[in-house]
Amino acid sequence: MQLRAVYAEELGKLLERDPKTVLLDADLGRASGTLGLRKRFPDRIYDCGVAEQNMASIGAGLASYGFKPWIETFAPFATRRICDQIAISICYPGLNVKIVGTDPGIAAELNGATHMTMEDIGVVRSIPGILIFEPVDEVQLRAAMPALDAYEGPVYLRMARGEQPAVFGEGYEFDLFRADTLRKGTDLTICVSGIVTRDALDAAEALAAEGISCEVLNVHTIKPIDKETIIASARRTGAVLTVENHNVVGGLHAAVLEALARERVPVFAVGVEDRFGEVGKLPYLKPALGLTKEHVVEAAREAVWAKVDN
Amino acid sequence: MNCNLKDVAREIRCDVIHSIAHLGVGHIGGCLSVVELMAVLYFEAMNIDPKNPQMEGRDRFISSKGHAGPAVYAALANRGYFDKSVLLTLNQGGTKLPSHCNMRLTPGIDMTTGSLGQGFSCAVGAALGAKIAKDGARVYTLLGDGECQEGQIWEAAMFAAAKRLDNLIGFVDVNRLQIDGAVAEVNDVEPLADKWAAFGWRVIDVPKGNDVEAVSAAVKQAKANLGGGKPTMVLLRTVKGCGMKWAEDLGPANHNVAVPMEEAEAAIRALREEA
Repeated sequence: MQLRAVYAEELGKLLERDPKTVLLDADLGRASGTLGLRKRFPDRIYDCGVAEQNMASIGAGLASYGFKPWIETFAPFATRRICDQIAISICYPGLNVKIVGTDPGIAAELNGATHMTMEDIGVVRSIPGILIFEPVDEVQLRAAMPALDAYEGPVYLRMARGEQPAVFGEGYEFDLFRADTLRKGTDLTICVSGIVTRDALDAAEALAAEGISCEVLNVHTIKPIDKETIIASARRTGAVLTVENHNVVGGLHAAVLEALARERVPVFAVGVEDRFGEVGKLPYLKPALGLTKEHVVEAAREAVWAKVDN
Repeated sequence: MNCNLKDVAREIRCDVIHSIAHLGVGHIGGCLSVVELMAVLYFEAMNIDPKNPQMEGRDRFISSKGHAGPAVYAALANRGYFDKSVLLTLNQGGTKLPSHCNMRLTPGIDMTTGSLGQGFSCAVGAALGAKIAKDGARVYTLLGDGECQEGQIWEAAMFAAAKRLDNLIGFVDVNRLQIDGAVAEVNDVEPLADKWAAFGWRVIDVPKGNDVEAVSAAVKQAKANLGGGKPTMVLLRTVKGCGMKWAEDLGPANHNVAVPMEEAEAAIRALREEA
């Protein structure tokens, strides 16, 4: 199932359950998969048209009135375009607005560089008081939606719209503030989030065949980051690699580095190397921007070789 | 409330001048230009309760020109939200009365503002909230004329009319000055009446925006608009620095300026003598 369909379904449940829930859109209801909800909740879904700044501050106004607004648009417009509105209208007063940015990074595919946020996590992460969550697959997103709703305060949900390879199965116990250990290992900790999680797991499998044992942590909540789990794992393995669909500046890599600032471990990165995106489909973009399983394998080897005690 | 609005406005004006001069510096011009509006809103027009600032279904006021904070604080103190002595902590470290409005710090402040353009959208959001809640509340909001240069203002203007938010009453403080000079010279926003009308708003033009009776009449007219399907914009043609000759004479320099206590005392004396 496409993640946008999961998102829309779960949002429908929230709208059903709580008359305080409101959805705002900026001419991307169709793209976000929520157009169908409008008939069911005509008094609580509003299209602001192509005016994201207004949408963000209207969300703040609604939240100040006691409502629980979700605002949605493509990731670039949900972050860098409305950065000041996120900071001053929403986060400074600590208002309960959920910001949904769809198709971050290379997930924007054919829309190309203008729509590819390589910096959205960095932009949002440096604003105080906002939680950043990035789902991996359908099961995780479904588990997260009620948790994001229950969390009182600003949230940035960074979500690819398309169907994603399954990583989590039945019986998955989701904790918004805890990273998930997808695989236990002893030689290297791989911290990964979002749509490259399957690639990191495939890389860990390939590395196991050559004798490198990787622990894979899915850091779905990038802020506040689960320092405890990351530090504990890094201390056990002695080396860390971050893998993300984002610039290596400012995103997951930076967040993990900050978490490990007092630890004596090398921290390597697989991510977009401080450049803009380009048009293409994922099978082209992943190798073009250095986000394949092979890139993870190579960086993992280097990280293990770089262990300070070697 | 049963009171003489002219007396109330004078008290608010004296408190604005005194609190800013006590600190020594502040946005004196754009605070003094909106004093009459503050008197009318807080002492006549709005359904509010100073003893219960968070009252359900209350009317809201959002100063999108966040730097009018000191004028709002003076009105709140006079209305009984907090003691007048608090005004003397204005904009000092640790104060509950910062230069720009903060809903988490000050009792009676309904929204955090200071980044121009945003507060107006927030007010539109609150008006939408009142419509969804069907609680009959009105939302009042204040813009600067220079602030109308922000693109976000017009995004919000379009939305409020499109969604028929007739419970929203806006004011533009048309004092014709901004930091770099005359608004007309920096980046002209006129004709404001035509612009707001073209965006689907009902417009009330008040040539004497510092005449408390004219403001009161305009607000009454705006309030009668509920149910008309259109938001209302009241254009208050004001004087920046109004009621303090020293500040008026500074022109654009009165936006954010050092205010000597002797000038303040002279101005307050003159205001009291007038009464």
